[in-house]
Amino acid sequence: MNPFTYARPDSVDKALGELRTNPTAKFIGGGTNLIDLMKENIEHPTRLVDVNRLPLGGISELPDGRLRLGATVTNAETAYNELVKTRYPLLSQTILAGASPQLRNMATNGGNLFQRTRCYYFYDTSMPCNKRQPGSGCAAIGGYNRIHAILGTTSGNADATSPTACIATYPSDMAVALAALEAVVQVTGPNGERSINFADFHRLPGNEPQRDNTLEANEIVKSIDLPAKGFTENHTYLKLRDRSSYAFALVSVAVGLEMAGNTITDARIALGGVAHKPWRKPEAEQLLVGKAATPENFQLAADNLLAGAIGYGHNTFKIDLAKRAIVRALGEATN
Amino acid sequence: MTYIGQPVKRVDGYDKVTGKAKYAAEFNVPGLTYGYVVSGTIAKGKITRIDSSRALAVPGVIQVFTHENRPHTAWFDINYKDLDAPPGSPFRPLHDAQIKYSGQPVALVVAETFEVARYAASLVVVEYNEEAHETSLEANLDEARDPKSGMADLLKPKPPKPRGHADKALAAAPVSVQTHHVHGPQHHNPMEMFGTTVVYDGEQKKGKPHFTIYDKTQGAPSSQLYVKQIFGFSSDQVRVISPYVGGGFGSGLRPQYQLFLAVMAAKELKRSVRVTLTRQQMFTFGHRPETVQDVALGASADGTITALKHRAVGATSQFEDYTEVVVNWSGMLYDVPDTTLEYQITPLDLYSPLDMRAPGGVTGDHAIETAMDALAYELKMDPVELRLKNYSEKDWTVGDKPYSSKELRECFRQGAERFGWENRNPEPRATKRGNVLVGWGMATGIWDANTLPARAEAVLTVNGKLRVSSATADIGTGTYTIMTQIAADTLGMPIDDVIFKLGDTDMPLAPFQGGSFTAATIGSAVKQVCTDLGKKLFKLAQKSKGSPFYDADYDEVRFADGHMRLKKDPSVTMPLIDMVALNGGRSVSETSTSIVNPLKTSNYSRHTHSAAFVEVEVDEDLGTVTVTRAVSAIAAGRILNPRTARSQIIGGMVWGISSALQEDSKMDHRYGRFMNHNLAEYHVPVNADIHDLDVIFVEEHDEIVNPLGVKGLGEIGLVAMPAAIANAVWHATGKRIYDLPITLDRVLY
Repeated sequence: MNPFTYARPDSVDKALGELRTNPTAKFIGGGTNLIDLMKENIEHPTRLVDVNRLPLGGISELPDGRLRLGATVTNAETAYNELVKTRYPLLSQTILAGASPQLRNMATNGGNLFQRTRCYYFYDTSMPCNKRQPGSGCAAIGGYNRIHAILGTTSGNADATSPTACIATYPSDMAVALAALEAVVQVTGPNGERSINFADFHRLPGNEPQRDNTLEANEIVKSIDLPAKGFTENHTYLKLRDRSSYAFALVSVAVGLEMAGNTITDARIALGGVAHKPWRKPEAEQLLVGKAATPENFQLAADNLLAGAIGYGHNTFKIDLAKRAIVRALGEATN
Repeated sequence: MTYIGQPVKRVDGYDKVTGKAKYAAEFNVPGLTYGYVVSGTIAKGKITRIDSSRALAVPGVIQVFTHENRPHTAWFDINYKDLDAPPGSPFRPLHDAQIKYSGQPVALVVAETFEVARYAASLVVVEYNEEAHETSLEANLDEARDPKSGMADLLKPKPPKPRGHADKALAAAPVSVQTHHVHGPQHHNPMEMFGTTVVYDGEQKKGKPHFTIYDKTQGAPSSQLYVKQIFGFSSDQVRVISPYVGGGFGSGLRPQYQLFLAVMAAKELKRSVRVTLTRQQMFTFGHRPETVQDVALGASADGTITALKHRAVGATSQFEDYTEVVVNWSGMLYDVPDTTLEYQITPLDLYSPLDMRAPGGVTGDHAIETAMDALAYELKMDPVELRLKNYSEKDWTVGDKPYSSKELRECFRQGAERFGWENRNPEPRATKRGNVLVGWGMATGIWDANTLPARAEAVLTVNGKLRVSSATADIGTGTYTIMTQIAADTLGMPIDDVIFKLGDTDMPLAPFQGGSFTAATIGSAVKQVCTDLGKKLFKLAQKSKGSPFYDADYDEVRFADGHMRLKKDPSVTMPLIDMVALNGGRSVSETSTSIVNPLKTSNYSRHTHSAAFVEVEVDEDLGTVTVTRAVSAIAAGRILNPRTARSQIIGGMVWGISSALQEDSKMDHRYGRFMNHNLAEYHVPVNADIHDLDVIFVEEHDEIVNPLGVKGLGEIGLVAMPAAIANAVWHATGKRIYDLPITLDRVLY
């Protein structure tokens, strides 16, 4: 861990100013990931800018029926918030499937979006990793890649020595539900305020695996806004992992459905643990709309969602496991 | 007896929960410096260049030690051998440019603060010349060979020679099974990371420096010996203290490299130094070795086993022949006329493995007991029936000796009854609960019941209290508590007037804590020394003027309620505190050595036994396995304290669940490096994984093992669990999974 200084500004302008004047400064919320990364010599900020005094707290209803989750509200407060529990039970359930109570008490909603991958090779500084050290290669390809991505890696990236290859996954649970709920991330920065649809917030590795998301330099997340539609009746979050708690997902599925009798009228399926971002495929979701909630229809959607998935050896089982998880989750959501 | 056998609360419990109990890295002294280890990144080769200049330039950095500038240490291998060293040439930290395994310490940065040391360590540049390495056991099975012999054979006997003709008998058997098992390496991962605080006490006698060393160890005397031999210190220059250990599980049986590095730095710098390892560095020394096993069983139609073959190959390092007892247990459990037991090792470019809770035992038991389950099904016999049919009354592996005690039948009976085993449908896949399959499995467990020699001191203090000490360790097992109970009962004192101390090389010598032998070993020493002190007190009382005990023999008195009394006339009595006055106002002390009578014990095979019954739920669509309940029935001689004993067994059972379902140190063989080297990715169970665990101690009297009749509980709770879980998974799903851990992908595919 390198030496660093610390600031705790009380306004967004001051916070942005800190980053503008020091390109190696970083925001810190709960620090549940950043501190680890600093200890492991992966992140080297020279200044930590604590966002917890910024006026970005609170959970509030917006006039048009949306719900605004402040960036500095903790994951625990969010999961146990009455409005979230009643209007977005899927989000509440998903947050509580992640981490441990101690971590959720510290972790913030904004910070959750910036969790970095749990790829073993990213975490071990003696290993090649294009995400940590662009151009060094991807040791996970051909290595021990049980927890790695099967979607969105593109077959052209399958070479371990490629300077852009990356099969890392994005580890957040919360973000999988936010993807299904089509949340909108409100950010502000040097060029003013803008809204980023959740599907566009995180990105695939492409040619810049070091970039996890589309936030521009010196921008800050102010809130995460949830659209009115909350799928309160038919939803579930299914997380498959190697132990019952405090483990990252091998595969997870967030499902939100609207039903008319036994007929599905709207469907959202988001996958976690399988790609560089929460994974959705509108085409697969559309396959369910207007259809009866049957295992056969669930299977068709699952097969469509995983079409084109690529296994890298240890993680190849995830392709079939993800389909099983989708079928199970849809079944649970419609029961 | 007032206290032995009672659920006395942990005497150290208050200190532990309030933080008063101090661990090795928590002893602070003024001027303490901090060492941070730089770990190597290649599996084999040579360091071609180390550049410490940037690290040395950081304000607060005192020194960077590497193989190029380390102080001189002993020349010969023998000096580096600790009390638990296997045959071979022990690893020497910072010895030369040679890299023997990935994660090897290559430099120690010492600074005025921990943070500065850690930062400076990141600035040390190391360049290597890499050589080809071999780390895969399965790819190198043809390199397997017999291990060298050494002291280790005393506690870890080699397999007996084959008897009869197992292959012939197997071919002739009407029913047979053959199984193949692989489990990966596992790391102990106690909560407390390894750490050593070396306090430099300055020059004392004859200008020689003195060091007080707080070390995380399961044996302070072993750490002291190691340091003395390597650095050329005499006993009066080094005191090792280790009052509390935050979990050991075997990892503290050998001195770890932070001890060497901290002492080296303290000696050279003439400063106090603390070196602690990180969680990642906890994966850079001993571990349970990857092991490959094959079992073959043949039986006649009535279930009599006629052929038994069990072969195991374990991994070791290139520099030491670490061994385990893996296959012998099969011979002990099943007295089969045609038996072949084989054990070999394959050297790889890894650190030497290190005993990890039930070393070899849980490995071998998993293989033989899952094979037994498969055989039972082939025979259409109940698994318990098959075991009763082939119940061994003697141990042929040590020359047809009877067991000193063996209440395993009672374990089967009571365990099965508590579990409800009689309701088991023998067919797999026959029971569903909602949408999950339910399976029931069982297995037998066995472990050693050794008692080693040990010394202890007992002191009747001037305040009339009893202080007993021995240089053993308490790694969380309850040693403090049970020794206090034994001492209190032996001298008939209220438990609050008794204190037991341990973990200090100024105390009488004791073996390290391990092998499930501490309760028996130190318990015997405590009983011995308290008895001897009692005799001394009796003599003092007898000699006193007008003594009511003048005509009495020692056999005619007993100690109770803080008094010595005549057995035949309890009104004739003397408070123990009066003995201090009789001793001229001085405390009365005694030091004794306990040695079990080898003429008595060596005629018997001495073991603990267990039967584990397990229920699992398997979600067949998703592959997830949950151990919903388990019963362990344990035959382990006298139970000194049912509270700490139960806790030991529950801990062992949790370890069994962990080993069966989760633990696996995953290596990338291209780099020869463990990749999941943290507790986020190296999985051990969380509370949500643990459900209904039940422990039964069956009554077992053993006059042979030691005068207390105590056998030890550290490992037996674990041994049978992985096999019982694997058998339950088969019963649920109809799928035999012989490799560990049984992760969801292994269930599904």
